[in-house]
Amino acid sequence: MSTPTAKGVLTTPIFKNNPIALQILGICSALAVTSSMSVSLVMSLAVIFVTAFSNLFVSLIRNHIPSSIRIIVQMTIIASLVIVVDQILKAYAYEMSKQLSVFVGLIITNCIVMGRAEGFAMTNTPGLSFLDGVGNGLGYGFILMTVGFFRELLGSGSVFGFTVLQTVQDGGWYVPNGLLLLPPSAFFIIGLLIWVLRAINPEQVEENEFEMKSNTQPKEAV
Amino acid sequence: MAQSNNSIKKILTVAFALCIVCSIIVSTAAVALRAKQQLNQELDRKTNILNVADLYEPGDDVAEEFKKITPKVIDLRSGEYTDEFDPETYDSFQAAKDPAQSRTLSGEKDIAGLSRQENYTTVYLVGDQDDPEQVILPIRGQGLWGLMRGYLAVEGDGNTIVGITYYSHSETPGLGGEVDNPKWKAQWEGKEIYAEDGNMNPAIALVKGGASADTEVDALSGASLTSKGVTNMLQFWLGPEGFGEYLAKFRSGTDQGAVDTASADETEGA
Repeated sequence: MSTPTAKGVLTTPIFKNNPIALQILGICSALAVTSSMSVSLVMSLAVIFVTAFSNLFVSLIRNHIPSSIRIIVQMTIIASLVIVVDQILKAYAYEMSKQLSVFVGLIITNCIVMGRAEGFAMTNTPGLSFLDGVGNGLGYGFILMTVGFFRELLGSGSVFGFTVLQTVQDGGWYVPNGLLLLPPSAFFIIGLLIWVLRAINPEQVEENEFEMKSNTQPKEAV
Repeated sequence: MAQSNNSIKKILTVAFALCIVCSIIVSTAAVALRAKQQLNQELDRKTNILNVADLYEPGDDVAEEFKKITPKVIDLRSGEYTDEFDPETYDSFQAAKDPAQSRTLSGEKDIAGLSRQENYTTVYLVGDQDDPEQVILPIRGQGLWGLMRGYLAVEGDGNTIVGITYYSHSETPGLGGEVDNPKWKAQWEGKEIYAEDGNMNPAIALVKGGASADTEVDALSGASLTSKGVTNMLQFWLGPEGFGEYLAKFRSGTDQGAVDTASADETEGA
């Protein structure tokens, strides 16, 4: 990779090198919290905050971190930031923190945060690392919001809690798709998103590692 | 530089310094925000109480509405009010863990799966304290996956249910989690706890295949064990081990002596 630029680290993770769509990281929380857009938004903001500041702090002390304990040092910084976020949510957005429940705490285990601290912040300057954290958080947030949009619109007929499609239960015409309120639906939407992103950027498509030989007969395979 | 970073001394220094800094940040955040968080929890609890009493509309001022409600600590064994504890600060969950303030429940008595029960608990009275419109009782018990905690609002006759709500449970979303469904909760209104024959044991139960009597409520479909848990916790908390004594006073008006002595043996036996 060439020398990272401020603009580059901020924008490439959104479409070109999206942490969820290309690196397939942080899927679990993307499945769990995307059933409504407002929850997705808060989760995205929390992740942006944690990735940005964990990158910043790791980068600040990167020259003093002994390599033998670097992972646990990064974890400690990330965990502290996550606890702070959790405490702030509990104090200022109590309803939201109840809906997010354990998933705020699970940001600690979000591979994106760890991946950026280890992969970028350990070798780059604090300013760039901070921007890289924001960029990756935005990339994560972009997928979360998109998934949240489709799940909330088709699952509950609303966007950000405002009714768009009047559901049958409320005397309207729209029969909500219950599957979209369940976590598996996020898999389908993320899958479709990855398809779309790779159709736009064909260079993201991986080589087929397990191509079947042309002359293989089904009976030989048995 | 890289070499010195990996010396034992450096490793210990970095680890120690990092722990100190991080713990200071975390504890500062926790302490600074605690007051605000407790306020939120308090507000949430009050909102739940108002909700179960059907006194709350979204947008209402919780503190203002809550003025209609008087918390009171009662002695579960006798069903009498007590001034021993301040109802504003008394914590019945804490008391249930303290051997001095609680008792163990054994075997068949412990149908709600609590294993320990506090001796004193807080109830909430709506309206006039001496002749309340509603009494709100805290209930809890095992569901399928864990403890379910909630409130049950009963009318001043000590028999008719106003509503039920669970503010904390871990039941399966869509199945047992439907205890939160407003439609399911709505059918509780007007149900009766006790059968007409004057039996101290509550008759209220969740039944499969459609509720027909006043003491029956539709079970949750696809959630037999959650439904069983709800039935059990109501049987327990509304029976002689729970609020039975206390509710009996409302059912028999001011004359409570007769009912008290009739069931005294049962309670003492525990």
